[in-house]
Order: sequence, then structure tokens, then C-alpha cells
Amino acid sequence: MAIQTIQEKQEEIVSEFEMFDDWMAKYEYLIDLGKDLPLIQEELKTDERLIEGCQSRVWLNAAFTNGKMQFSADSEAIITKGIIGLLIRVLNDENPETILKTDLKFISDIGLQEHLSPTRANGLNGMIKKIKMEALKYIQH
Amino acid sequence: MTEIIKKPFNVREIREEFPALRQEIYGKSLIYFDNGATSQKPQIVLNAINKFYSKENANIHRGVHFMSQKATTEFEEARKKIQHFINARKAEEVIFTKGTTDGINLVASSYGELLTAGDEILITAMEHHSNIVPWQLLCQRKGLILRVAPINFKGELIVEEFDILLSKKTKLLAITHISNTLGTINPVKELTQKAHAVGAKVLLDGAQSIQHMKIDVKDLDCDFYVFSSHKLFGPTGIGVLYGKEDLLDRMPPYQGGGDMISRVTFEHTSYNELPFKFEAGTPHIAGGICLGTSVGFLNSIDLDGAQKHEGELTKYAEHLLDTFEGLQIIGEAKNKTSVISFTVDGIHPFDIGTLLDKQGIAVRTGHHCTQPLMDFYKIPGTTRASFAFYNTKEEIDLFVEAVEKSINMLK
Repeated sequence: MAIQTIQEKQEEIVSEFEMFDDWMAKYEYLIDLGKDLPLIQEELKTDERLIEGCQSRVWLNAAFTNGKMQFSADSEAIITKGIIGLLIRVLNDENPETILKTDLKFISDIGLQEHLSPTRANGLNGMIKKIKMEALKYIQH
Repeated sequence: MTEIIKKPFNVREIREEFPALRQEIYGKSLIYFDNGATSQKPQIVLNAINKFYSKENANIHRGVHFMSQKATTEFEEARKKIQHFINARKAEEVIFTKGTTDGINLVASSYGELLTAGDEILITAMEHHSNIVPWQLLCQRKGLILRVAPINFKGELIVEEFDILLSKKTKLLAITHISNTLGTINPVKELTQKAHAVGAKVLLDGAQSIQHMKIDVKDLDCDFYVFSSHKLFGPTGIGVLYGKEDLLDRMPPYQGGGDMISRVTFEHTSYNELPFKFEAGTPHIAGGICLGTSVGFLNSIDLDGAQKHEGELTKYAEHLLDTFEGLQIIGEAKNKTSVISFTVDGIHPFDIGTLLDKQGIAVRTGHHCTQPLMDFYKIPGTTRASFAFYNTKEEIDLFVEAVEKSINMLK
């Protein structure tokens, strides 16, 4: 299989979500995705990897090998895990420069923009910021 | 006063008064169960807001012109309506604030000035952050000691422990009348008597009680009672601090500015009398007037019937939720109001709240600004359904069905 670009990955997610005609079906799918999230190892759930949301805590680990970044994460809330799963699917195995300049527009395209609002406070905003901060560390000067 | 015979409470008729309840969310009829956070507004309040800004908008207390005088009269009439609604002795004892939080901060800043190092303030383990943090700040500023009376697992104050913590050193008991998270109704009249017996003053946080029961500040004998308009079917941004006149008179002003002074020179300023001493600057005029409208609306309905209806809703919902495996109701006080907080084994409240939202049901999830209480129960948060008199049994049936569906999806 040819390697997908970030853009193609986002488009693929959008077309997957287009198959669902109601909100509950979309969320059912998100919950399933949450169950498949590449989980962060328990011993890596440290304060440095913790993103405090108001409602559910999120942990993120970033690794850098062969010029590409790999992420694993966990959250107390399964819907949040599902959304993180989508984020990781889009950003995993990409180089830091690409991650930094990517506009993650699939989130609003599939109708999940409410999870990005600061009032939602589920850690997703902090999560994206954290991913980009991690990417910044590995930028090749 | 002559008792007006009111039409018996009828939930169908009441609902007609609240336009916000007639809308669809994600294609489903809205079920609004977040009344603990804020209540919806009746048409008569919406009309009053519109009327004020369309025709009556003017600044108050100083204008010589017609509109200013009319607005002043209406604002002061609203104060009187609120005075009678809570049975205060005088309108001067009704101070307009921004809301409950503002009222508590006012008391902490101003009454706090009368306290000295070593004095104690007593609160309970079920307080909202608004009735914790202002006291912590005051304690830091003045070297006071904050004491916390514990609760049992049902969510009731442990009165024996309270009695031990209450002492001659206690200068203020600041306690919630009804817990926003648990629904517990505290025996505030009895606690007030005990506090007075040791010489302490009493502040009641009425944010969750004003809309659920008849409040009589004379009968309760509290020194301060604070509440927000927006939880009482009125506008946001306005609330009330009731205080006993002699105490308010002894307290220094809270904020300085226009309206709160009687004479200003660069050397010396003398302050206005009550209630204006505590109302610096242009107040939320429309808010005050329309809170008066809301109080008028409540005076016109059978509140005993409404309260009985809320009680039935709560019992009905608790009875249905009790059958769910793994679901725990947090807050099972013998004396409680229309709040149901719950957790479900292995499921985060955020997930349930999100799925309920997608089914058109508005609930609150999280710690409800009571983190110490969450720590006590060792939970990250709860899902909270809080009912108002305009909610129905049919809505509870749909809610319980939606909770079941959500749990099945999340398991």
C-alpha cells in the first residue's frame, strides 16, 4: 500500500464519518476507535506526560525515530480516546515539520469541533498543543 | 397581607411560559436537566428585558429626567419585591450584587475586615468553590483559621462533628443551604441557632435553595443570605446579598465609586447609606428590574404545588435509576432536593454527558466546582441531572432510556 499523505489520511477519516447518518452512530464509531487507541505504557503516565483537562485526564507520549514521530496516549474518557486515536492516526509516522504545519481540519469536518472549545475542557486542545510542542523539540535545525 | 388564591400547579401550563424548552437539539426535543447550573427564563422576563432596553433604558439614582426617574422607581420597586419574597425587614437589607459568588466575596472582604488573627471561619465539606476560596483568601490575608465540618457518605453534615468544631473562636459559619452536587438540604435554621449561641454570624449560600423552597430570612435568622438571579428564572449578572441592617451598617464598604458615597473631598469621603453603600457604580439596572419581574412571576404561581412536583420527579428518577447495575447515586441525604448526581462503574461521566447531549438531554458532568467533595468520594466527577418545576415525568422516562442506551454503548 502506498504511504498516505496527511491530507489523504484526513480525507479518509472524513469519508468514513460520512457513512454515518446520525450522531449516535458517529459516537459509537468513536467509542470503538477509543478501544483501539495505541495505549501509553502505564509507567509512562507521569505528570510530565499529563494534560489536565477540566473533566478527563489525558496522557501523551511522543517518540522520535528515523526522522518520524510516534505517539501513544490514554484518557479516562473513552470518547476522548477515540478522538485522540484519530489524531494519532493522522500524525503518526510523520516528520515534525509536517506535524507543525498541518491544519487538523478533519476534526471540524466530521463535526467534532465542539471538543476543541475551551469550555469543553476535555484535554483535546491541550493534547494538540502538546503534540506540536513535542514536534518542535525534534525540528532539524 | 391577604392570601391570593392561586391556580393549582400544572406543569403543562408552566412549560408554555418557557420558550427555551420548545426547541430541538440534534434533531431531538430538548430535555433540560441542568437547572442547577442555570434556569430557563419565562416569557414575561424576556418581555421585561426587551421592554427595558427598548423604552426605559436610563441611568438611575441621579438623573432629573423622566426616564431616569422611571428606571430608578422600577429598580427600587424590584428591590422591595425581593425584600418581600425573602421576608427581609427592610428593602435596605437587600443589596444588589453580580450573583452568589459576588455576594460571598463582598461579605469576605467587608465583614472580614472586622475579624482579627486567630478568629475562625467554619464551612462544610460540601461547599461550592465559591464558598471555599473567598474564605481561604481572607484567612491568608488576615491570619484567620478555616475549619471544615465533615459529612457522612450519604452526603449529610455530621452534626456531632460540627458541634465540636463550632466554638467561641468561630466568628462566621458560611454554609450552603442546599448542596449543588448532592442535593442535600442542610438543617440551617438549627445550625444558625447553634452558631449564634457562640456569638458567630451566619452566611447562607442560597444559590440552590432560593428556587426550590420558600425562603424566610427572618425565620431562618441568618445574618447573610446570598443568591443569583439566573437560577431563579431571572437574568444573569445580577444577584442579591441579604444582610441584617445593623451588621451591614457596621461593615466597611466593599468597592469604591459612584453611588456609594455621600460626600467626597480629597481629604475625606463619607459613605452613602444602605443599600447604596455596597452598590458602587452603575448597577445591572435591567437585571435588577427583571429579577423583580421573575419574582412577580413566582408570586403568581402555586409554589407549594411546584415544589411537590419537583419532589415527585426526583423520587421517580431515583427509583428508575436505582435498578441500573453499577450505577451509584452520589448524595442520598434523607432531606434532599431535585438534584441527582450519579456515577457508573467503569464509565467516565464525560462520556455519559456527551452521549446524553447527542440525544438532546442537557446535564452537567464533572466536579461541579466541588473538588474537595469529589476527593471525599474518590471519584473524578459525576453526571448530574437537576430538575426544575417545568420538567416532566415523560422527560425522565426519556432520560432514563438515554442513560441506559449510553451505558450500553460505553460498556
